Amino acid sequence: MTPPLDRIAALLRRRPAALDDPFRPVPGAAPAGAPRDGDADRRRAGRRLQFTAACFCVAFGAVAFKMAAIAATGPAEARVGVVDTGITSDRADIVDRRGNVLATNVMTTALYAQPHLMLDPVAAADGLKGIFPDLDQEAWERRFSSARKFVWIKGNISPEQRQAVHDLGEPGLLFAEREMRVYPNGPLAAHVLGGARFGEQDVRAAEIVGVAGTEGFFDERLAGAPDAPLRLSLDLTVQNTVERVLHSGMQLMDAKGAAAVLMDIRTGELIALASLPDFDPNARPRPATEGDPADSPLFNRAVQGLYELGSTFKIFPAAQALELGLMNRSTMIDLASPLPKGGTHIRDFHYLGRERSLEDVIVESSNIGTARVAMQIGSKRQREFLGALGLMEPTGVELTEARGARPQSPPPNRWSDPYVMTISFGHGLAASPLHLASAYASLLGDGRRVTPTLVARDQAPQLGPEIVSARTAAESRWMLRQVVARGTASLARIPGYRVGGKTGTADKPKHTGGYWDDRVVTTFASVLPADDPKYVLVVTLDEPNDRTGPKVRRTAGWTAVPVAAEIIRRTMPLLGLRPDEGPEDIGLYSLARR
Amino acid sequence: MRSLTYPLSVAAVLALGFWAYREGYETRAVEREVRQLEREIAAKRRDLRMLRAEWAYLNRPDRLSALVELNFADLQLMPVTDGHFGTAAEVPDLPPPVAVAELGLDASVSGIVPTNFEFGAGAAPVVIAPAAPAADGEQVP
Repeated sequence: MTPPLDRIAALLRRRPAALDDPFRPVPGAAPAGAPRDGDADRRRAGRRLQFTAACFCVAFGAVAFKMAAIAATGPAEARVGVVDTGITSDRADIVDRRGNVLATNVMTTALYAQPHLMLDPVAAADGLKGIFPDLDQEAWERRFSSARKFVWIKGNISPEQRQAVHDLGEPGLLFAEREMRVYPNGPLAAHVLGGARFGEQDVRAAEIVGVAGTEGFFDERLAGAPDAPLRLSLDLTVQNTVERVLHSGMQLMDAKGAAAVLMDIRTGELIALASLPDFDPNARPRPATEGDPADSPLFNRAVQGLYELGSTFKIFPAAQALELGLMNRSTMIDLASPLPKGGTHIRDFHYLGRERSLEDVIVESSNIGTARVAMQIGSKRQREFLGALGLMEPTGVELTEARGARPQSPPPNRWSDPYVMTISFGHGLAASPLHLASAYASLLGDGRRVTPTLVARDQAPQLGPEIVSARTAAESRWMLRQVVARGTASLARIPGYRVGGKTGTADKPKHTGGYWDDRVVTTFASVLPADDPKYVLVVTLDEPNDRTGPKVRRTAGWTAVPVAAEIIRRTMPLLGLRPDEGPEDIGLYSLARR
Repeated sequence: MRSLTYPLSVAAVLALGFWAYREGYETRAVEREVRQLEREIAAKRRDLRMLRAEWAYLNRPDRLSALVELNFADLQLMPVTDGHFGTAAEVPDLPPPVAVAELGLDASVSGIVPTNFEFGAGAAPVVIAPAAPAADGEQVP
């Protein structure tokens, strides 16, 4: 061993007891008279030792307790970081497809009272009446003088009102901070957004609950992921344009209401969805308790309004006849011989001759011709085809109102020949304009089922089941183009944009049964451009009257078509669709372009 | 040797205790600061949200179209129609860019962009000065 280690070993080694250890028991007798005193000393020393030991025990116990406490609690640093600041609001924003804000939250103040803290309840009620003229002064005097400990007065007051209340100097009037939902664009897209109200409320915060529209449908999503804005498929600029044109058109045509649906034909994304009259979601009116709910501004005509959409349905039997190989576009259809039983009352708007081709039946909008085509198809196949187009079930669009909007059709066992014939030209089956738009998109795009959606899609959606072949879709578009080029929708001829579409005029049913003579719902359902389809537009006017001529005109060609044409003229450039002045394809639209 | 070991370890314990104490206090101070900053960040985020809402409100289509109508004499803005599409052939050749120095401006003026274009057509160079708000700061109709 080396000397230093030797020394350390020597240090660590227990020292031998010294020979002169004073505590070594001394052999021999103890001093006389000592035993008793010795016992007392020993007891005293024992008590002192016990006391000291207790002190140590308490001290070490305290240290041990503290250590245990520290070990048991989590590290204090856990609170540091972005956890506290991550949540910035109670509810996610709603934005349009370009990120423009449609709905957001701002801080606001609520006013409440604690009557037991009040100095002068009468003066307080009087002062509040001066600030909020709509308050019932006597009722609030009663409430302030009652034994209640807490009363909400106003859910949302402005900073000026807050200052005025503050200046009353009443200690029983208190303020609560909270977030409030605002729709900066006012009534724009009101039916899509719906509205929100305060749910559970507290002095520190208030829950915001969506009541209708996307706010209602996505209530849990908006509250659950407040930092991720919900991106809708709407385009704010296009929506605004559509609403403005529709509003002017509604006034020009003296209509009671109007609806427009602009949909992407491939993805089913709704670029614009308008219903007039509308409302301001910032101050959502109460639902009407009496009268027809369809007259309330809350009623979404585009989604909830189930109308018999008239001749716009005629393209469905025509397309199905093409798809089944029963006919081609030139097949001549007999218009003269009487229809089977149940269809003898069916008339055309004007006499169209003894027979016309299938294309002309669509172009001239012949009820007799369409009914005859439908009779060849038959009840079961017609029902299945309309079902495949989504005309038998709610659209599934992300609005609370859409769930209840199931098209009204006869039950399958009663879907007899008279129904087959009338449904072929859009009577006897009531659907919403949104249903019609999705059916047109499904039939005319790729012939695949398109589901309408209000949420912006980041990637192309899964292709739906095939309903008709691409060839049938192209031929149907050609026939619709002919309706505009030489038929009832001539006012939709817009240079540069090849609009294809079908007009529809349906008499409104009376509540008491039967139909009105002078009240109609006119619809124009269109696909554009017809040779390379990108969008579907459906415009519906409720009870229009065109009084510009010597006779009041109510047909869709004079009412819905000009409004739709103006919408197309204004929105297509906004959507970046270039006008194409080139020659139109002759014959069938080439499938290669798609 | 022993006489050195005890004082040294006592000193080490004292030093360590002092160090641990100081670290503890510093940590708590930093935590307070972080909490303060977090509060500030939250407040700023709230302000940001408010400003964003205000921006959306000021850019609402209703107001913009009212402003366009109010300033029609100066701006001559019209709704976009199919006539607004041009072709590549209509774009004129770009003239060479003009340096600020060539315009003979006072060097102290900043924020000025020289441009050769008025509505995209080849026009004489123009100086676009930064927009000045109205005297009362209010430009809303």
